[in-house]
Amino acid sequence: MADLVTLTIDDRTVTAAPGTLVINAARAAGIEIPAFCYYDGLTLQAACRMCLVEVERMPKLQTACTLPVAEGMIVQTESPKVVEARKSMLEFLLTNHPLDCPVCDKGGECELQDMVFRYGAGESRFTEIKHHVDEKQFSPVVFFDAPRCILCYRCVRICDEGMGVGALGVINRGAVTEIGPNMGDHLVCDECGMCIDICPVGALTSGAYRYKTRPWEMEHIGTICAHCSNGCKTTLGVRNDRIIRGNNRDRSGINGEFLCIKGRYAFDFTDHPERLQSPLMRKGGELEPVSWAEALAAVARRFLEVKERGGRLGVIGSNRTTNEENYFLQKFVRQGLGSNNIDHHRTGDVAALISALAGTTGALASTADLYSAKAVLVIAGDLAQQQPLLSFQIRANYRHHGCRVYVVTPGPVREDKYAAKSVRAATGEELAAVEGLRDELRKESELVILFGDAVRGEAVRRLVALGDSFGIPVKYVCLVDYSNSRGAADMGLFPDLLPGYEPAQTPGMTMPEMLAAEDLEALWVVGANPLKAAQLGSQYAFVVVQDLFLTETARRADVVLPAASAYEKTGTVTNVCGEVQRLKRAIGVMGAKPDLEIFGLLSKEMKINAGLWHPDRVFDEIRRSVRGYNVPLPVLATGGAAPAVPLNGHIPLEARPDLIRSANDTLFTSGSLGRYSKSLNSVMEAPGGLYRG
Amino acid sequence: MLYNEPSPLEVKILTRRFGLENSQSLDTYLATDGFAGFRKALDMTPDQVIDEVKASNLRGRGGAGFPAGMKWGFVPRDSPKPKYIVVNADEGEPGTCKDRVLMENDPHQLIEGMLIAARAVGAQAGYIYIRGEYRYIIDIMDRAIAEEYERGYLGRNILGSGMDFDVYTHTGAGSYECGEESALLESLEGKRGQPRIRPPFPAVAGAFQCPTVLNNVETFCAVPAIFRDGAAAFADLGPPRNGGTRLFALSGHINKPGVYELPMGFNLLRMIQEVGGGIRGGGKLKAVIPGGSSCPVLRAEECDLSMDFDSVAKAGSMLGSGGVIVMDETTDMVKLAVRIMQFYQHESCGWCVPCREGTLWLEKVLTRVDNGGGRPSDINLIDELARNMLGRTFCPLGDAAAMPTISLVQKFRDEFEERLPKSVPAGDPRLVVVG
Repeated sequence: MADLVTLTIDDRTVTAAPGTLVINAARAAGIEIPAFCYYDGLTLQAACRMCLVEVERMPKLQTACTLPVAEGMIVQTESPKVVEARKSMLEFLLTNHPLDCPVCDKGGECELQDMVFRYGAGESRFTEIKHHVDEKQFSPVVFFDAPRCILCYRCVRICDEGMGVGALGVINRGAVTEIGPNMGDHLVCDECGMCIDICPVGALTSGAYRYKTRPWEMEHIGTICAHCSNGCKTTLGVRNDRIIRGNNRDRSGINGEFLCIKGRYAFDFTDHPERLQSPLMRKGGELEPVSWAEALAAVARRFLEVKERGGRLGVIGSNRTTNEENYFLQKFVRQGLGSNNIDHHRTGDVAALISALAGTTGALASTADLYSAKAVLVIAGDLAQQQPLLSFQIRANYRHHGCRVYVVTPGPVREDKYAAKSVRAATGEELAAVEGLRDELRKESELVILFGDAVRGEAVRRLVALGDSFGIPVKYVCLVDYSNSRGAADMGLFPDLLPGYEPAQTPGMTMPEMLAAEDLEALWVVGANPLKAAQLGSQYAFVVVQDLFLTETARRADVVLPAASAYEKTGTVTNVCGEVQRLKRAIGVMGAKPDLEIFGLLSKEMKINAGLWHPDRVFDEIRRSVRGYNVPLPVLATGGAAPAVPLNGHIPLEARPDLIRSANDTLFTSGSLGRYSKSLNSVMEAPGGLYRG
Repeated sequence: MLYNEPSPLEVKILTRRFGLENSQSLDTYLATDGFAGFRKALDMTPDQVIDEVKASNLRGRGGAGFPAGMKWGFVPRDSPKPKYIVVNADEGEPGTCKDRVLMENDPHQLIEGMLIAARAVGAQAGYIYIRGEYRYIIDIMDRAIAEEYERGYLGRNILGSGMDFDVYTHTGAGSYECGEESALLESLEGKRGQPRIRPPFPAVAGAFQCPTVLNNVETFCAVPAIFRDGAAAFADLGPPRNGGTRLFALSGHINKPGVYELPMGFNLLRMIQEVGGGIRGGGKLKAVIPGGSSCPVLRAEECDLSMDFDSVAKAGSMLGSGGVIVMDETTDMVKLAVRIMQFYQHESCGWCVPCREGTLWLEKVLTRVDNGGGRPSDINLIDELARNMLGRTFCPLGDAAAMPTISLVQKFRDEFEERLPKSVPAGDPRLVVVG
């Protein structure tokens, strides 16, 4: 590394790496230089002129956001000239600003308010008539109030650079310049709402949140998004036990400030009118509301009957329930019901990867690795649609570090735009295409390979062998669908694998086998909807379903138990990269119970001792007994992400590629949950599609 | 075509072919020493070409007056990227109309200047960015370019020298801001016409992020003469560090307005009296804007001045683009301030805060004062707002709006004060209703 540069800022000696901008050198030294348009990670604008500083031997004030440090430079950030310049910039900014703070969504958390409070003049000399433009709606979730806009262009940049979408542009010029959709009157985009979040003022506002509350009336609860497998931290704004907003302005979590439409808006399934709030039991052919006691007693009685008879019972676990719930469920089923008939919807072949990587260390990539790796290979995945955070990370890596991206997909993807090489390969021909890239990949110094469900079973083993043959450090991500798909696999929701991928003595039935078995006596479905696309073979099976909504499977059930969603409980989930993070309970929904509590009550009812059903107690057990999950608790407790590394020896695994099937959700669908999100369904892009570039 | 009679005081270097029959044609150009300069440059090394331009003391004619040879010298010739020559023909400064007559009357001179620049830096393509309103000039340039391709002065292996060079015209779309070099490059690339952060300067990262020589039309037009007649001859035409002649666009209250080519350092009063034929109707000179509307105004008594970059700067104004706006004693300086601010408000690109908001605010206050709705505090307000813009905007447009305004308030404050309503009690509701 080159020698550090020494400079003086406000009479303090500061050192910084060459090329550091003065604004950052100052920030690192604890000296705040105000700015609107300067934004970490985005291109420089120097448009707001708030960061003007006085530099010795330079006649004009300089923008600290574009000025690199130089040896011996002497900078003043609070000189009378600078203070006066800032004051005048704020005075200029407020001339055409409507000052409608009392009714502005941003009031209370507005950067312009804060800046004026701290640096502005007490009074305005502007007595002319303000320029006014009516408010516009860009999309169901994005509104724009031009007079409030200070034209910092953060929204334009985050959309173009951060998201790779470029739906926003600038129209008109001079004082009537406006931000506008490049498509004319509406946005054609990811509807991620990043533009709203990044807006320092109340110019871009959220269709879901606007005029609902004042920010200080909400409680802010940082938890993990309930939707895809990326595990973004979303900070839910809650008032009166209702979620009003999702964002992540504190940049905590693995995603920083990134959220897609699901994390930002699709919390609204929690108070969907069709939400189940009472157990239902089939009486005279119809599902009727009953008390929890009646429902649990009925389920316990039937399960015990089946168990005593030695009848066949199948259990289908969830991709969305917590690790604690998954662990407890399999323990309950294996120890309490004496069966290995437990499975879940496998959306990616995690087990095959864990097996193939046996004996290696450091071969599972983290979310952060995607931002720092020198090269990335994407196989059979439309990341921008299916794995939005991973896509965002790779894009940022390309912009900031020039990461080389290789793409092998069946159709066009967003990564094509900046990929070093894009190859189209039909399903099943991916490995041959990767083979074709061998010469280029070998020249990289390191590589992260992400692969979708098309690479499964034996192909995973071959892919890892191929990766080994490159002779460079290679890390892998097995792409899966939902918020705890990875955790479901790690917690042993398999008929043949116990938690931590330990082989089971006597493998049980797989999900298709359960559904097809004509002699199945009971089916217990927890947070899954297998009967959406399949028929139940058994005519007389007693079906118990735990879910939020009356799904296709729940409609076939004999007992339906209303479950709490991820936003209504505590526990941990494991994301696609194996990072364990903690859910925090944001709200409660009357009548619904967390699945863990349902399991616990059932075990009590059935007099089965599967241990205490408090999430913390269960997690203690997971840490002790599940390979790779002995993660540091302080990391989780403080909202961090701890990598779980369940790598062990070879897994004696029957390759069953037929069991691996991604639901192929897009940005605008999210399994059953997505169907009950008004905001997801309201955007014109819904339900979207894969491989459209 | 010519818009005014030439003056006997003119020194015709760049305008030597003006008035010749078919002065736009390549035949006329060749018959009058056309391409003599380029042929000489072909025999020189790139370094020698740049040194020659440096020796000529040619300074940029767009307004800033930066030495052209130095600018060319900044181009990294060993860069693996292609190099470009870009001509700024986005002539938009109010009071300026010299590039127009240069292209209209002698288009080949401009192209020859580009060729010499291309020779100096190893460029293979050039763009002439012409303001959209000069529609007919685009046709003239396109015809001239076509003629040169036909005769081997452009294209592959020019004059058997092995040098390749292509020239394209590109039209602006009506934005003054695109005359600012980095905004021009953005516009040339098909983007929104707003300025870039500098550094890097165009010499290093210009058109399409490649090394680029970007000069004004008049600057390029002066280059052939430097090589034809020698750098020393060119430099000797003007005072030290201000080589050559300058096309001055005389406008305003004078008898013979027009574009005149005069040596650098020509006295301003003499220019008005002898070249421009004096103030119309025998009136009295009140003020002069010496280099286009963005320059601080000079009072009559400040006009005994050598018109070169350094002397005008010393007098507190700028030689700018050579647009000399002459005003007699009937001129209303408040209205002038309003008119200037209207222009800059209309042309502000909106990129940065002080220019975008400041020009609009100033226009509103100035208009109110002009309409008799001013308050005593307004005069200081105008001055302060202009000073709050000065030197703090992203590009020089904010300065261009601020400088004349500050000078007008400073030098003609009494006129602003006279415009204030007389004996209106404080708090009069009439003062509040303004638009």
